[in-house]
Amino acid sequence: MRLGRTLKGTGPQTSLTAVSATPQRPAVVVDGVSKTFRLPNEQVHTLKEKALHPFRRAGSAPLEALRDVSLSVAPGEFFGIVGRNGSGKSTLLKCLAGIYAVDNGAIYVDGRLSTFIELGVGFNPDLPARDNVQLNATMLGLSPREAARRFDEIIDFAELRDFTDLKLKNYSSGMEVRLAFSVMIQVDADILLIDEVLAVGDAAFQQKCFDEFARIRDSGRTVLLVTHDMSAVQRFCDRAMLLERGRVVEHGDPERVGTRYLELNFSEKARSETSRDADAEIRFGDGRATIEEAWFEDHAGARTEHLVTGEHVAFAARVRFADDVDDPLFGVNLVNDRHLPMLSASNLWIDPHPGRFHAGEEIVYRISFVNLLAAGRYHATPAVARQASGGAAWIDRRERFATVVVTGTRGSDALVELPYEIAIER
Amino acid sequence: MSMIDTSDLGRPIKGPSALGSDPRRFWHLTQTMAVMDFKLRFFGSALGYVWQLMRPLLLFGVLYMLFAVVLKLDDAPYYPEALLLGLVLFTFFADSTRGAVGSLVARESLVRKIEFPRLAVPLSVVLTALFNLGLNLLPVFVFLLVDGGTPRWTWLELPFLILLLAALGTGLAMLLSSLFVRYRDIDPIWEIVMQLLFYASPIFYVIQTVQDHSESLAKAFMYSPFAAIIQQARHAMLGPGHPSAANVMGSDVLLLVPAGICVAVLVLGYVVFDRRAPLIAEEL
Repeated sequence: MRLGRTLKGTGPQTSLTAVSATPQRPAVVVDGVSKTFRLPNEQVHTLKEKALHPFRRAGSAPLEALRDVSLSVAPGEFFGIVGRNGSGKSTLLKCLAGIYAVDNGAIYVDGRLSTFIELGVGFNPDLPARDNVQLNATMLGLSPREAARRFDEIIDFAELRDFTDLKLKNYSSGMEVRLAFSVMIQVDADILLIDEVLAVGDAAFQQKCFDEFARIRDSGRTVLLVTHDMSAVQRFCDRAMLLERGRVVEHGDPERVGTRYLELNFSEKARSETSRDADAEIRFGDGRATIEEAWFEDHAGARTEHLVTGEHVAFAARVRFADDVDDPLFGVNLVNDRHLPMLSASNLWIDPHPGRFHAGEEIVYRISFVNLLAAGRYHATPAVARQASGGAAWIDRRERFATVVVTGTRGSDALVELPYEIAIER
Repeated sequence: MSMIDTSDLGRPIKGPSALGSDPRRFWHLTQTMAVMDFKLRFFGSALGYVWQLMRPLLLFGVLYMLFAVVLKLDDAPYYPEALLLGLVLFTFFADSTRGAVGSLVARESLVRKIEFPRLAVPLSVVLTALFNLGLNLLPVFVFLLVDGGTPRWTWLELPFLILLLAALGTGLAMLLSSLFVRYRDIDPIWEIVMQLLFYASPIFYVIQTVQDHSESLAKAFMYSPFAAIIQQARHAMLGPGHPSAANVMGSDVLLLVPAGICVAVLVLGYVVFDRRAPLIAEEL
């Protein structure tokens, strides 16, 4: 990742310290903003109901979408706001955009701000492209005259010159998106709020969007991007912020934020996964010993659900013997999400004769390894076996008994993260 | 992060509001939305604008047949023109208020996706209706001139009367559209109110008929700003054959009542809309 970061530095690379040292006025400041929605349990929607029950107050459940959120974005900075669904990131964006009023705190914006929560806001399918451009551009803040003046540029960028008088409903969805995007980039604002508009379109169009973002960033404009696409955050953002349940949980370096985000995402998933697996556990063995628990340990030996790529880590399991067993084998199989075996370890080749274990004895076996696994979720199947003629007989084998998430911010298609160096000679 | 120095940051943004902070942008938006709505009606169907013109004209045809030809109630001077003028003004009033009721809800995607002065939505509805009124008034003048009428100085009164009617319509549009977001039965209620208004205003009959019946009933009619405006418009356009609103009421001072109602509705509408504006995006 270090390599990627250094090569990326084409835009105004602002580090955390550089920002706080800048004497410049910040472009956007959010100061202790809170926002609570009242979700009515039973919404009174008609006057009749109101008239019949004038004193009945509809009960409502408060939903704290944002709790004491603060941030400061320097001019020219590309700032990422990430979070899972329901974390409050879109609410924050809408507060910044002035669509929602905040309950507490204040938002300061220095410069002209434009919001892109959706492409083609105000598009009407029954109007031709020309009118829709006019409508959309005016909505986004251009004056009607300015919008008319830029029409040619917009239509050329969208490559829709031959279709200017075609009604929008006869456009293909791709053409419509192209048109909307062209309008969007014509809007000159000092500060842009962008909400996952990237999620639309085919690969070629997304590339065009990315190119445009790079251009916007290089032109020195301030961008706040709300997304859950970590690769976009790491590609573009100078700084980022992670929201969870309306609170800021991480703030600063995009890579750290990205790592925290993956952790949050996977720990939740892993939890639901294990609880589901527990109902239908696949388990073999004669019961002469039982695997009581299994876990992963990080480089410091602490139990964890997250392993970081590159660290010295370990898998461990606690076994209780119900019977005397001679020279048992202890092992683990690690498979990734695609059910590919990634590690198959046991004492068979290293220490095949650990001796006799007695009934009632409880031991822990630990298999440590350098974590070269690529980011993702892994399932461990620990097993205790005894050596029999021509193989092993299960004493206890618990299928997918433990789960761990490996976090690494480097995107990779490879199964493992082999350490490598790169040298470019010319 | 909570110890941000906010002293030199200027004023915090104020969130969604009725008018926004830039009056030019407010006007641009209102204008663009109104023009586009108008275009949609104009080009939306095969006969396009013909239908816009036909609506009051067809109703005029039916009512004229019934009241003038069958019931022979057309003893007032320029009865056809009086009828058509009433219908055209009623159409304007109905378009602006009925159209405004659901306007914010219909533009939900806009309200929830971008920041803009919320008032632009109902105001653009009134503006579209105003464009329509301008075109619908043309046949009234044509009818009058063909029927032997002559231009009068009092025609200059018409713009002021229309402005007053637009003020009333705007006030109601603001009130209805913002309340409809929360109370959905505003729609059928307003439908009924408009029907009552149609019969309780001198549209297909003339005020003289009411006066013949009961002088005080005619006076009572004029307290309704809508009825008073129609009556005054008839007087201004068609001449002294139609009494002025003041004449019907018997006093100039009493005219302040319907005029005052117009202003009061406008102010009330704005106050209510302004208070609801920050919440519209959340309540939709």
